[in-house]
Amino acid sequence: MVATFEPKTDYRVVGTRPIRHDGYDKVTGRAIYGGDMKLPGLIWGVMVRSPHAHANIKSIDTSAAEAMDGVFAVITGADMPKAPSKLVDLGEGNINFKWASNKLMAAEKVLYRGHPVAAVAAVDRYVAEEAARKVVVEYEVLPSVTNVVDALKPDAPILLDDLVGDDLGEDVTNTNMAAHVRHEFGDVEGAMSSAAHTIEREYNMQMVHQGYIEPHNATAHWDEEDRIKVWTSTQGAFPARTQIAGILQVDVSRVKVTPLEIGGGFGGKIPVYFEPIAALLSKKSQRPVKMVMERTAVFETTGPTPGARMIIKLGADANGKLTAATADIWFEAGANPGAFIGPAAMCVYAPYEIQNTRIDGWDVLVNKPKVAPYRAPGSPQVAFAMESAVDELCEQAGWDSMQFRIDNASKEGTRRGDGVLFSKIGMQEVLDAAKASDHWNSPLGDAPEGKVRGRGIANGYWFNIGLKSSANLAVNADGTVQLTEGSTDIGGSRTSMAMHVAEVLGLDAHDVRPVVGDTESVGFTDVTGGSRTTYATGYACWQAANNLVDVLKERVAILWDIKPEDVDFNDGLFSSKAESAKTIGFKELAGKLDDLGGPANSTGAVDLESAGDGFGMHIADVEIDLGTGKTDVIRYTAIQDVGTAIHPSYVEGQLQGGSVQGIGWALNEEYFMQDDGRMANSSFLDYRMPTSLDLPQIDTVLVEVPNPLHPYGVRGVGETPICPPIPAIANAIKDATGKRLYNTPMNPGSIVESLK
Amino acid sequence: MTTNFPSKVHITTTINGQQHELLVPGYMSLLDTLRELIGLTGTKEGCLDGNCGACTVNVDGRIVDSCLVLGAEVDGKEVKTVEGMATPEGLHPLQQAFLEEAALQCGICTPGFLVAAKGLLDNEPSPSEGRIRHWLAGNLCRCTGYDKIVRAVQKASS
Repeated sequence: MVATFEPKTDYRVVGTRPIRHDGYDKVTGRAIYGGDMKLPGLIWGVMVRSPHAHANIKSIDTSAAEAMDGVFAVITGADMPKAPSKLVDLGEGNINFKWASNKLMAAEKVLYRGHPVAAVAAVDRYVAEEAARKVVVEYEVLPSVTNVVDALKPDAPILLDDLVGDDLGEDVTNTNMAAHVRHEFGDVEGAMSSAAHTIEREYNMQMVHQGYIEPHNATAHWDEEDRIKVWTSTQGAFPARTQIAGILQVDVSRVKVTPLEIGGGFGGKIPVYFEPIAALLSKKSQRPVKMVMERTAVFETTGPTPGARMIIKLGADANGKLTAATADIWFEAGANPGAFIGPAAMCVYAPYEIQNTRIDGWDVLVNKPKVAPYRAPGSPQVAFAMESAVDELCEQAGWDSMQFRIDNASKEGTRRGDGVLFSKIGMQEVLDAAKASDHWNSPLGDAPEGKVRGRGIANGYWFNIGLKSSANLAVNADGTVQLTEGSTDIGGSRTSMAMHVAEVLGLDAHDVRPVVGDTESVGFTDVTGGSRTTYATGYACWQAANNLVDVLKERVAILWDIKPEDVDFNDGLFSSKAESAKTIGFKELAGKLDDLGGPANSTGAVDLESAGDGFGMHIADVEIDLGTGKTDVIRYTAIQDVGTAIHPSYVEGQLQGGSVQGIGWALNEEYFMQDDGRMANSSFLDYRMPTSLDLPQIDTVLVEVPNPLHPYGVRGVGETPICPPIPAIANAIKDATGKRLYNTPMNPGSIVESLK
Repeated sequence: MTTNFPSKVHITTTINGQQHELLVPGYMSLLDTLRELIGLTGTKEGCLDGNCGACTVNVDGRIVDSCLVLGAEVDGKEVKTVEGMATPEGLHPLQQAFLEEAALQCGICTPGFLVAAKGLLDNEPSPSEGRIRHWLAGNLCRCTGYDKIVRAVQKASS
């Protein structure tokens, strides 16, 4: 039985904006990120990478590197433990250890440019790089394939000889198609053929990267006790431990992962890349080994989110009611299966109530890095297609696209594209807030000479996961509380956790000192991802705080010589039920614990279904230079149902950051691939992410529909905001120029081309 | 150990007001000189090609990407990093404003933004929003969308 909670509004701490606990270290340069790790005797590891996107490894000669002064170890694919083909759930995405191992270091064949083929550990980074250049690898270069259309042709080069594809339940071999799934409800063909208005369009999107500023890194020490200690920037110490142990074929308890501060992830720091390699180099060199990835390798070998080909067809009746929809989507998985077609199916129609729907999704291997989750993985792609098609259908039929979205909005009981029925959701409230917003009711204004302006809107959706979280509390003698929780903090979550505890205990946020635990100091906790952290780990903190109250009631009972059940607790004050004038505050009690049974500790542990469905709508105003095709976003508003905002500043920050990642994806970002499978723009200069100069302030409207599944009404927030921007901008460009773009990025060249 | 590389260079430099006499390998960047030789890891590595600004430091009053400067080049110069911004009296107003305005999420770009923004406010105490956005365009942030960073710089300006 899932517990449900009544909404509350009279919070003391929830909804306030305390300074984050880790902030002082982060503004003074004291915070220790993965790359800052230092240990006595530390040496550096560097990868040797394939210059080819697809090739057989004929031979590797490491002798010249091994002979160099200052080199302690060289490893190749032959040194990797042979992991079995086994699928393990990582919370947001699965991992097959055989392929994951091969992804970290190729055994016989390289599958993407930059694929590691060997690694060197040496006295410092410069010597290690020099040694890596002395490793001689002989390749037999194979034809490569970098898009889904070519990858599915009968004569396509095959990436994985042992792949058995799943085509609607049928096994397929000698293929790049890892999976084909279908969800179908109602009478799609009948509804489509009787629709008064239909539209069918194809959309294509290039692969993009998460773009975190901190490169991947890891420090590992394989010690004399045969235990593997790892310090790293990760979105989850425990899921990292699962991966490291699986790839190295050791028990999880042999691996200790200490999460250091993490410089961005957005999903891309859920997979491990360096940790097992650094561990193997450490084992061979008998020294701690640190590795930090070069930016080119970050682009070429980590992250990205799938490029996509999508065909959407919509049908509506004469009254403007959506009656049928089909979607065929092909997603690039990169070199291993796992292209997020499942999430895409869950998200594509979610903002709408449509009785008859079908989605077919294909998970397709290409010679590019294996994709990793990126903020609502799979959803921004289908949002671009669906929300563009909705607008074009409205244009065709002469309907107002805001009213159309309101009239067709999903609500409690609506069936999602994968069959799940929605419980209490806030789509309608979001649309009402958008329609009432200052932005929507303000004129676009006149464009200067040579420019045109347009406004676009779009919906977005992410389902938000729940999963497992743990937290420990301990009372200090001065009346403060120590909190150890398992979620690595990627954007201020520690403070939200402390606020959960402070709210229960009647303390100030800064009376609770939160730390992120390592895998030996706190219970299992899933990734910081899936928009689950504040929801699930916050829930565990709330539970731990309530358990602490129970522990403390026993101590008060000792003090007053009454029964624990005769003690009340309210707003930081314990009182006697029999004698209400008899009270003791939390802090005073903390000072007396030495004589009342000693340390007072508690724990919280949860495994939750879902963080509640997250819906948003964005409004984008653009100004386009008709000569250069450059698009400036001149006003932008993100409206979202955020449940209850624990720390509103960081909730706004999620909406703003997600919006801007979406704006970059819409306008500039792409993997620009050469015919030989090389990414031509693998630097921050050429992979053009938005700078401060490219943007206006990003306005936010927090719609707070409390989530009944969380004690304070928290709902997942972080991922939904990246879904609406791409179609909102596409719709704004159409409004400005009269020309609709069907491919991303919608860069100046595409716009100039569309105006010809 | 380092026989493959040019010999070391003897330099004297002032870092955050403290004089350092160093033997810097000729190939070593100022970034690595600060992080590896001095232990000042507040200056961050993001790209090593001068495009992200995470390693921004101030050399003789100018902000530079320390990954593009050799350690040997700061001989006789004055280097200021994020570690030198706070004083015994407390945080620099920019640091305080970044905290109050929630202008950081992951925080990896924060030292670079703080040093860059200080470089602006030292010379222009009351910049416009447009001027702030232009000045900070060499520093990438992927978490915040810049909104709260710009607000924090505005708050810290007089």
